Amino acid sequence: MFDRLSDKLAEVFKKLKGHGKLSEAQVEAALREVRLALLEADVHYKVTKTFIEGIKVRAVGEEVMRSLTPAQQVIKIVHEELTGLLGGESPRLDLSGKPPVALMLVGLQGSGKTTTAGKLARRLKSQGRQPYLVPADVQRPAAIEQLKRLGADIGVEVYPSQTDQNPVAIADAAMEAAYTAGHDIVILDTAGRLHIDAPLMDELKAIRAKVEPKEILLVADAMTGQDAVQVAQKFHDLLRLTGVILTKMEGDARGGAALSMRAVIGQPIKFLGVGEKLDALEAFHPDRLSSRILGMGDVLTLIEKAQETFDADQAQALEKKLRKEGFTLEDFRDQLRQIKKMGTMEQLLGMIPGLGRNKALKDLKPDDRELKRVEAIINSMTPRERADHLIINGSRRRRIAMGSGTTVQDVNRLLKNFATTQKMIKQMTQGGKKGKRPFFPGKFF
Amino acid sequence: MRRWFRRRKEEEPQPEPATPPPDAAAAGAEMEPQAAAPEEVPPTEVADAASESGVEAPDTASPAEEEPRKGLFRRFRERLSRSREALAGGLDRVFLGRREVDAEALEDLEEILITADLGMDTTLHLVHALEERLKRRELADVERLKAALGEEMLNLLQGPPPLKRTARPWVVLLVGVNGVGKTTTIAKLAHLERLQGRVPLLIAGDTFRAAAVEQLEIWGERVGAPVIKQKTGADPAAVVFDGLAAAQARGVDTVFIDTAGRLHTKVNLMEELKKIFRTAAKKLPGAPHEVLLVLDATTGQNALSQARIFHEAVGLSGIVLTKMDGTAKGGVALAVAHETGLPLRYMGLGEGLEDLRPFDAHAFVAAILGGDEVG
Repeated sequence: MFDRLSDKLAEVFKKLKGHGKLSEAQVEAALREVRLALLEADVHYKVTKTFIEGIKVRAVGEEVMRSLTPAQQVIKIVHEELTGLLGGESPRLDLSGKPPVALMLVGLQGSGKTTTAGKLARRLKSQGRQPYLVPADVQRPAAIEQLKRLGADIGVEVYPSQTDQNPVAIADAAMEAAYTAGHDIVILDTAGRLHIDAPLMDELKAIRAKVEPKEILLVADAMTGQDAVQVAQKFHDLLRLTGVILTKMEGDARGGAALSMRAVIGQPIKFLGVGEKLDALEAFHPDRLSSRILGMGDVLTLIEKAQETFDADQAQALEKKLRKEGFTLEDFRDQLRQIKKMGTMEQLLGMIPGLGRNKALKDLKPDDRELKRVEAIINSMTPRERADHLIINGSRRRRIAMGSGTTVQDVNRLLKNFATTQKMIKQMTQGGKKGKRPFFPGKFF
Repeated sequence: MRRWFRRRKEEEPQPEPATPPPDAAAAGAEMEPQAAAPEEVPPTEVADAASESGVEAPDTASPAEEEPRKGLFRRFRERLSRSREALAGGLDRVFLGRREVDAEALEDLEEILITADLGMDTTLHLVHALEERLKRRELADVERLKAALGEEMLNLLQGPPPLKRTARPWVVLLVGVNGVGKTTTIAKLAHLERLQGRVPLLIAGDTFRAAAVEQLEIWGERVGAPVIKQKTGADPAAVVFDGLAAAQARGVDTVFIDTAGRLHTKVNLMEELKKIFRTAAKKLPGAPHEVLLVLDATTGQNALSQARIFHEAVGLSGIVLTKMDGTAKGGVALAVAHETGLPLRYMGLGEGLEDLRPFDAHAFVAAILGGDEVG
């Protein structure tokens, strides 16, 4: 399996020493690895080929910036080009026009249309709109029921479609109903269908002609393989898509299909589905996706998550306290809790470039129960013990172990680790910039 | 591999540019011998095929039953062949007008395999195997190359034969990521059971997704199979426990457990799945007897990750490849078989109840190679 692009490129360049401009040999060797990375990420073969050829033209002869190694320079170029190809930053939905404005979701079976409809409705409602959910999927058993439940969960009205109704008639009647009830946006959830199923594709065309949706969004699974090109092309040819929503992005799929689809239809990716809950809809950031496609981790998301979780005031207060009183077990516990708020350790580590696919780390299997155990141990201490861990003697250790359901060895290990961390923090807060930074998210140490 | 900046195929001199019909006919003739020669098929494959047809129609198959079966097969073929027509590639186009097999031809092969989602590792594995044969001068012409490639692929698909049913009720657990078609597959499997005169029972273990229980219930009604369920939000392990108790009480033959779609990367959901597994084993020692991973044929390389992690969690016994009626070739299933050794058990070819059949390695390989039907 593909490991890590930057490592591989570094290796390539070790063999191909040279300074100044990137030579053709260097670029070709590097692009071989890039090509592999793209194909492993499910970018379509032809799209990959065209892309690589474009990069070659641009990269050969380019001056290597003084601050970068040749490998980094190539990655930089590839990343820039990829980001450019993926399109602009979080394009908005175009819902202008005389209300009710229709938005239509289309796609293959199982791509997540119904869930996405719920998510969009929730998002629009929170922006002060009055969305109306319309289930036009009369194919899949209980699909209408599913959307009704989702609507009830988020407090959005759902058109009472019947399975014996024609989807075109449903769409038509729903627009009428939306107008009467004063809804400004109608979200049409259509049945999943194969792009080569002519009768069903015609049905979509008929709905489109009837309600003239402002937005026709293709809902596509991030795990889609090479077929993404065919699917997107067909849907676009018949319906003139206005964008794509990429779902199931919370998994470990690299999402290369996004690049394929973007290359084929030329329409932007508008949102990413990142979970089964209805708030799990994110804006699209091309730079992050290109890092992910290249297998470079997702530092930006990590940083953003850290920023969301650690507020600046809190951080400053802590810093002040650290300078005055030093780092105690109590602070340690607070840190743990905040890290936990950001997600599971596995998720967090996956976002760090290079670690995501690191084999050693895969064996390590970061265990969230470990965090829980550490927290339990600290919880079992008295406030005095937390303030000064040096008073924790053998008998106290036994008590803490019993109280937290762990062993004395666990307690010992924690105290030892804590002592090391404390020492490092002391060096940093008092001795200036000496010593290495321990890994703590947020930049307040 | 070594040279991807090669000239475009369009620039190649092609003796007969736009004559698809004869070409397609020739392709049919070309694929025929390979497929019509079961002697060449490895022994396990034969056993597989034999038991497959056993599943398709009971031993007492009368001529009257033979008829609809043929119609059914034809329909499957038609659907599988869609992928062939839709894709511009295909072996025959690449090799059109080429007599000799050289390194360059192998490079073109690589493209076909990758666009069918076989992934880099499996593609290279196949290409290397062919290179070896080429060195030994076994691949004199394009015909031999195609036959050899088909053989190599069938080799990869040689999993263990289907399990012998040793228990009653026979419990089958279906797992997979979201939206691959688990619930629909269960309905189709139950339908197959009914056709063979067995009594199935369905357990609605997807208590998470809105209306998933209702979806299974509707299918249950259509198939004529009872559905054991609880409310949405209930503990799936508890539903499974109750379901197995009901299955024992009613003396059914087969139990299918539906589970909520879950991404394999979600640790807590995978733990929940393990709990379902343990609960089943506790209630009924030996259960679940089969654990099938449902894979969407449109999925790319991520399927490898899915198979690996689900296998680690609950020990898979086979794979169901769904949505084979589109243009996706499901080539990643070959990669999964290559990497995990797991057998492909069934393939889904549409939304109808009859649209599931035991996995047909020959038809599958033919679809990937873009060749014509397998006879």
